Amino acid sequence: MRLEYDVTAGDFTRAGNASSAIKKTLKQLGVSPAVIKRVVVAVYEAEVNIVAHSYGGHITAEVAPEGISVVLADTGPGIPDVQKAMQKGFSTASKEVREMGFGAGMGLPNIQENADDLKIETEVGRGTTLTIYIKF
Amino acid sequence: MTVREIAEKLNLRVFSGEAGLDREVTGGYVSDLLSDVMGFAKDGSVWVTLQTHKNVMAIATLKELAAVVIVKGFEPEEDAKEVSEEEGIPILGSTEQTFELTGRIYNLLSRG
Repeated sequence: MRLEYDVTAGDFTRAGNASSAIKKTLKQLGVSPAVIKRVVVAVYEAEVNIVAHSYGGHITAEVAPEGISVVLADTGPGIPDVQKAMQKGFSTASKEVREMGFGAGMGLPNIQENADDLKIETEVGRGTTLTIYIKF
Repeated sequence: MTVREIAEKLNLRVFSGEAGLDREVTGGYVSDLLSDVMGFAKDGSVWVTLQTHKNVMAIATLKELAAVVIVKGFEPEEDAKEVSEEEGIPILGSTEQTFELTGRIYNLLSRG
């Protein structure tokens, strides 16, 4: 099963909509609550990163009997130093975004901790694609 | 203990989500950093925060929290209340500061 969602840059009122839709689908499919919790954390954080940092992006979730693969592709500034971005507490978020409680430098670490596999492909000035895989 | 019991015992204001007042509260989490709550709050918790915007309710919904309690007399934004109503996750409010309010909730929950 394939699910697709567009994510608009800067639109925090809709941040989490794709994660919520994926969660509902996994529930209907009878995926275990423990796995769904991990998917929700990882996908939400990646979705918010597209809203906060990119010029817009697209989420494609492939649900197979053995697991879920979520590809989150954006056009945007890219990540100059991925290792640094993965560090807890490191953030490049704007002041406005931080005042909302985002941008604490916990997003990518949260994704890493909840994914069975995380791949980050990024090119400065072009964009970033995250591929998150979680086993059922 | 239910959200309703906590709201009544601590005299909290109910802003929205009355349909969820009988949700069972199994714990609490205190943070104003959304990714902290996303990563570490447990379902069934009450979340004490000073954030008032809609994303708070997106997280409360995704994490299946029992309720959100806004401190210091702040009030939730309209679109946050709308999500609270839709999802039946109450938004409560207190004029107290986080430290005092959390202490009271903790005492209630630990007495069972």
